[in-house]
Amino acid sequence: MLKEHTPLITSYPGLLAEHARCKPLLDSRLETGRTTGRRQILVCGGTGCHTSESALILENFQKQIARQGLGSAVKASATGCFGFCEKGPIVKVFPDDVFYVQVKPEDVEEIVDVHIIGNQRVKRLLYEEPQLKATVETQHAMSFYRKQQRIALRNCGLIAPEDINEYLATGGYLSLGKALTEMTPEAVIDVIKRSGLRGRGGAGFSTGRKWEFGRNYAGDEKFVICNADEGDPGAFMDRSIMEGDSHSVIEGMAIAGYAIGAHRGYVYIRAEYPLAVSRLQIALAQAREYGLLGHNILGSGFDFDIEVKLGAGAFVCGEETALIHSIQGERGEPRTKPPFPAQSGLWNKPTIVNNVETLANVPAIIARGAEWYAGIGTATSKGTKVFALAGQINNVGLVEVPMGTTLREIIYDIGGGIRGGKEFKAVQTGGPSGGCIPRQFLDTPIDYESLAQIGSIMGSGGMIVMSDKDCMVNIAKFYLEFTVDESCGRCLPCRIGTKRLHEILTNITEGKGTPADLVELRELSAVIMDASLCGLGQTAPNPVLSTMKYFWDEYEAHVLHKTCPAGVCQKLLRYEIIPDKCVGCTACARACPVGCISGAVKQLHVIDQSRCIKCGACMAKCKFKAIYRH
Amino acid sequence: MVNLTIDNRPVTVEDGATILDAARQLNIRIPTLCYLDLHELKMVNKVASCRICSVEVAGRHNLAPACATPVAEGMEVTTNSRRVLFTRRRLLELILSNHPFNCLICAKSTDCELQALAWEFGINTKRYHGEETSFPIDKTSGALKRDPDKCIMCRRCETMCNEVQTVGALTAYGRGFNVIVGPAEMKPFVDSNCTYCGQCVSVCPTAALTGHGYIQETWNAIFDPTKTVVVQVAPAIRATIGEEFGIAPGTPVTGKLVAGLRRLGFDAVFDTTFGADLTIVEEANEIIQRLTTGERLPILTSCCPSWINFIEYQFPNLKYMPSTCKSPQQMTGTIAKTYYAQKIGVKPEDIVVVAVMPCIAKKYEARRPEHETNGVRDVDYSITTRELAKMLKEGGIDLRFMDEEEFDNPLGESTGAGVIFGATGGVLEAALRTVYEKVTGKELTNVDFTAVRGLTDVREAVIDLGGRQLRVAAGSGLGNARKILENVEKGTSQYDVIEIMACPGGCINGGGQPYTRDRLDMIQLRTQALYSIDARSAIRKSHENPSVIKLYEEFLGEPGGHKAHELLHTEY
Amino acid sequence: MPRVNPKPQERVLPPETYAELDAFIAALHLDREDERRKESLIQVLHKAQHLFGFLPEEVQLHIADAFAINHAEVSGVISFYNYFTTTPKGKYQINVCLGTACYVNGAEKVLQEFEHILGIRSGQVTEDGKFSIESLRCVGACGLAPVVTINDRVYGKVQPGKVQEILEHYLVEASGEEAPVHA
Ligand SMILES: Cc1cc2nc3c(=O)[nH]c(=O)nc-3n(C[C@H](O)[C@H](O)[C@H](O)COP(=O)(O)O)c2cc1C
Ligand code: SF4
Ligand code: SF4
Ligand code: SF4
Ligand code: SF4
Ligand code: SF4
Ligand code: SF4
Ligand code: SF4
Ligand code: SF4
Ligand code: FES
Ligand code: FES
Ligand code: FES
Repeated sequence: MLKEHTPLITSYPGLLAEHARCKPLLDSRLETGRTTGRRQILVCGGTGCHTSESALILENFQKQIARQGLGSAVKASATGCFGFCEKGPIVKVFPDDVFYVQVKPEDVEEIVDVHIIGNQRVKRLLYEEPQLKATVETQHAMSFYRKQQRIALRNCGLIAPEDINEYLATGGYLSLGKALTEMTPEAVIDVIKRSGLRGRGGAGFSTGRKWEFGRNYAGDEKFVICNADEGDPGAFMDRSIMEGDSHSVIEGMAIAGYAIGAHRGYVYIRAEYPLAVSRLQIALAQAREYGLLGHNILGSGFDFDIEVKLGAGAFVCGEETALIHSIQGERGEPRTKPPFPAQSGLWNKPTIVNNVETLANVPAIIARGAEWYAGIGTATSKGTKVFALAGQINNVGLVEVPMGTTLREIIYDIGGGIRGGKEFKAVQTGGPSGGCIPRQFLDTPIDYESLAQIGSIMGSGGMIVMSDKDCMVNIAKFYLEFTVDESCGRCLPCRIGTKRLHEILTNITEGKGTPADLVELRELSAVIMDASLCGLGQTAPNPVLSTMKYFWDEYEAHVLHKTCPAGVCQKLLRYEIIPDKCVGCTACARACPVGCISGAVKQLHVIDQSRCIKCGACMAKCKFKAIYRH
Repeated sequence: MVNLTIDNRPVTVEDGATILDAARQLNIRIPTLCYLDLHELKMVNKVASCRICSVEVAGRHNLAPACATPVAEGMEVTTNSRRVLFTRRRLLELILSNHPFNCLICAKSTDCELQALAWEFGINTKRYHGEETSFPIDKTSGALKRDPDKCIMCRRCETMCNEVQTVGALTAYGRGFNVIVGPAEMKPFVDSNCTYCGQCVSVCPTAALTGHGYIQETWNAIFDPTKTVVVQVAPAIRATIGEEFGIAPGTPVTGKLVAGLRRLGFDAVFDTTFGADLTIVEEANEIIQRLTTGERLPILTSCCPSWINFIEYQFPNLKYMPSTCKSPQQMTGTIAKTYYAQKIGVKPEDIVVVAVMPCIAKKYEARRPEHETNGVRDVDYSITTRELAKMLKEGGIDLRFMDEEEFDNPLGESTGAGVIFGATGGVLEAALRTVYEKVTGKELTNVDFTAVRGLTDVREAVIDLGGRQLRVAAGSGLGNARKILENVEKGTSQYDVIEIMACPGGCINGGGQPYTRDRLDMIQLRTQALYSIDARSAIRKSHENPSVIKLYEEFLGEPGGHKAHELLHTEY
Repeated sequence: MPRVNPKPQERVLPPETYAELDAFIAALHLDREDERRKESLIQVLHKAQHLFGFLPEEVQLHIADAFAINHAEVSGVISFYNYFTTTPKGKYQINVCLGTACYVNGAEKVLQEFEHILGIRSGQVTEDGKFSIESLRCVGACGLAPVVTINDRVYGKVQPGKVQEILEHYLVEASGEEAPVHA
């Protein structure tokens, strides 16, 4: 319907008119609850659901709609991630606001027959609240979503990301229009400053102040860079935003460009996110076609365009100076700051680097005002933050909550508690730079300062929940292994120091640790934090220090008693057969890869401990629970 | 100007200065390892990789690298708190945990910045034991030796090669714990575009990059009764080798050096300066020829082998430009094995020529297939100033206590013009002295062409050759060489004669010279030593060298003649 | 223009593929005088790896020439980024995510299972060149941890027990039968 329309928008009033024209597209989505009107079926097209054949689901819907002749009454489209990926593929039906989970391509016919035609619900595809053991129908009723407040994710799962008209329907680009026509760059910076928005990429630096620096440093050329490298493993909010709502990032960048006086932007995005890259490319092309990027945007005289740069698999390239080197086609090694990029960045020109989520917040702030945004959150941390909940938790997914929400609310109320009835042990925030937070801090309201106070960081918002089945020494070792792998090798403390730290931890998990090692862990950590060149090294010891602080008993157990309380560290384990329970079925002996279990049929089996490699295969195979581990 | 305090002492420094600069102003010593400031050569290695210079800055949550942190108004710096000293010591211990403890058998021992630091810190244990990186040693070139296990990733070599020399032969490779510096794909140097200028060797703080040594081969030759072993010493050696014996930098030690070499057992002690004079006579002849025909101009000097490599790899289309003259090292070698061999009645194959050079590239040059006469190598071994100093020490010879002796003849007589070959601009100046007289037929009264001397990037001059204006330029360092060649290619600069020395400052600062590190004043002192020898010389024009004149009369015939061409010229 | 290598190598890779790469590079309109031309280097390396499957020295030299930069620069960049490889990978590249979310959900066991079944270690290629195993750190599908990708296809919630089943598709294809359907 909108395809034939000549898209070029040349003025702010033109943009407003376009918004009005597009608005009906979303009516039945925004005004949920009605049972009449044109039905809309949204199929999640995020990476998670895409993996589980959501494309086929959409195709099936289109076929069914055509077959049943429902073309005028029903429209099916793909959206971005709903944040509830683990329960994907997600299908949502509007305006009834019904939320189906784990839909398979073959379920489509039933949904169309029962729900669309029959106005009933496909009960078996509704979400069941793990704690209530009852199904819920609508997204708003789901505990996963109830405590969330979506600003950065406002359009994810709401609009079709590959159709700019849907973004325009939400009021998209109106903030850019407003900034360009009604505000001076200084006024834009002032709003962002007053909103209290802080960088979501990790360090939490005031975005408004960063822009102010970018504006004040003189340069014949300036740049805006969107950091979409999202290297923090376990975090995927930036990916979701890029996939589900790239336009909000583009709009944020254009506003930033206007504020600091840049005419060129770059999105540095990881190559591991092909879907996000393609959505972004599509969005950029559409924005250009509509005149929302390029020369003389909306007749304001402001030029701005954006180029996409792919990463190539280096975590450290998320660090802003390394990222700049990478864009310049160099090895992605960081350099010392100062000078900060705002003074001397890409090609030594003033450059501001902002995270995806940071930028996605910007249009909302310009639209609704600094006071609105500053009214959300805590004294020092304003607005909302997206967290990627993962690990041993029931509801894995993306959640956006106001700053100041407690860990308990996130983990239990939203996350549905610990998976499989296990005990909560710790939550790791901030990725490889962060720390492990134990139970006693579950009621800590999360903001930048309080997380730092308890030895962790906000980071990019990864939140990995761990249970009593996770060994904290091993987790520390895991993070160090990551750091060692990802260290760029430029500076000595990180290059060799983290390696040594990892070696000491490895020794401990293998039963070779000494009390002196525990002292060395602390001292070496201090050196690495104090002397490393970039944030990677400066924060690398955090996982070690925080686990030592809160799970000292586990370190002691490994070092003094040579045991792993969680039963994870293989070298410290012993598999043994309980004579009373063994019936001599031989299953274990057949499963053992090194053939170290002996015993005749119907006779007691015995493990030769000297040859056992602690793989656990025997235990998994024994149907009689005759093998135990300790 | 910025005011700050370091260890509670106020200091005022210029904007843009670093904490290290400020501390030096107060004579507060902050240890450094990766940092290297060769200001006059436009090289500052500020990668801030070693962090040994960490200091405490009030209000900053971590330590700051003094070498790369700009000062700020009101800054309060502490350079020797417990935290600082503890961190530095651990950092050093970390480096040592991935470094061979091989000092006793290391070429750099007692001249190594890492070893010196370990000594200063009184390191007495190996604290960390763990995996150590291990890479193969590269000795393929016979000129440079690379032992990556001794590399501490200071990146000075990379900065030198890529930014100063603009050769671009080196890169960091891989990342993290396994990162290492070397040629592309970590292939051997022979497969790279390395020119063997040896400047990376000069700046490497450890023995990761050194010259390929020929000390043992030289001893073997000396002690071989069937061989006549002659040694030639390059002009620049006499101005530098004294440093290795505690003689003040800038003191010429020609006579003592000759005596020392004789004590070592060389059968004849020759002067490469003689070869330099010979080179000038040939080259002047070539210059005049090309000027007359107007072809193949500008002519480029060809006495620096690294520079020749640079043209071959980087400007292959300009390969016709350099003079076809062999370098003084090779000319001296050739004449020793022909003229001199004839004279003393020894077969060329029974003569061994050892060249003492300031240079790494000369080692490569001596091995080039082009440099053979009738199947006999022109020069057998090219050793560096540093290697000779070691041999003298091993042989129990202390230059301080040597009497002054004279070079052997006929390849020992030289002029002031030959001596200044060792400094940038010297070759050009020497050539001008001869060209002027040959072209104008007039005597040159003031032989000092000061316009082409000095360390500035490119020095230009126009010399009046009795009507013909000769446009000349001299530059040292391959980065400057690139600039000159690019301008020549583009036609933005018009020259007739260009002198290039690959090493910044010329051979006086060659890759085989005693290490100067950041003491650039030493380069000035060495240069002055050469010019002072020139000034005091009785003969200051190459073509007036009596031995050279005699050589032509007795053996070569005419400059540029058939025999001269066969023996003294080559093409690459 | 710097000559990148004193001893140019012989080329063994197909000229057609070079032609394709050259067409891609030509479209970038690299200006050899422009100090910013290296901005496209990583993009070109991506393309070249996509076309050739890996980035051996001959390809590096070709790219260095195109950018008028030294071989060492290209080599240094390639060696920095995990994505680039100088040796061929398997026809089917198996990537097991060892990101945190996947790790705490048992990704290590999944990796071990792949290694066990294929008889190669992570970082290696099977003798027939069919499979290579590698680990990576998060593909952003953490909700489906543990995650494995085989070429462009993503598999979520992979348990060690499911590995054999996943591989079966590819093993069948390897014996000459129909290729698995890609989502
Ligand atoms: C090792 C390291 C990795 C980083 N990775 C990312 C990343 O993946 N994404 C990101 O936005 N910021 C990352 N950062 C932070 C950036 O350097 C930079 O602070 C941020 O992009 C600034 O944007 P913001 O102010 O909007 O947060 C990383 C920092 C370090 C030290
Ligand atoms: S801290 Fe690590 S990642 Fe950062 S510059 Fe140093 S070595 Fe590179
Ligand atoms: S743990 Fe593994 S190696 Fe040990 S006995 Fe059981 S099956 Fe065999
Ligand atoms: S599997 Fe269990 S019951 Fe069977 S032989 Fe082994 S230990 Fe005994
Ligand atoms: S490089 Fe220095 S520290 Fe290393 S072995 Fe040689 S002398 Fe010793
Ligand atoms: S310095 Fe020490 S190790 Fe070296 S030779 Fe002397 S005593 Fe031996
Ligand atoms: S010898 Fe010269 S050209 Fe060769 S690597 Fe060293 S600095 Fe570069
Ligand atoms: S080779 Fe020498 S100069 Fe180069 S990085 Fe290594 S230690 Fe430094
Ligand atoms: S300038 Fe002298 S020392 Fe340097 S490479 Fe050339 S000839 Fe050798
Ligand atoms: S990808 Fe579908 S809910 Fe996240
Ligand atoms: S000397 Fe300052 S970091 Fe190496
Ligand atoms: S941690 Fe494996 S996909 Fe994110």
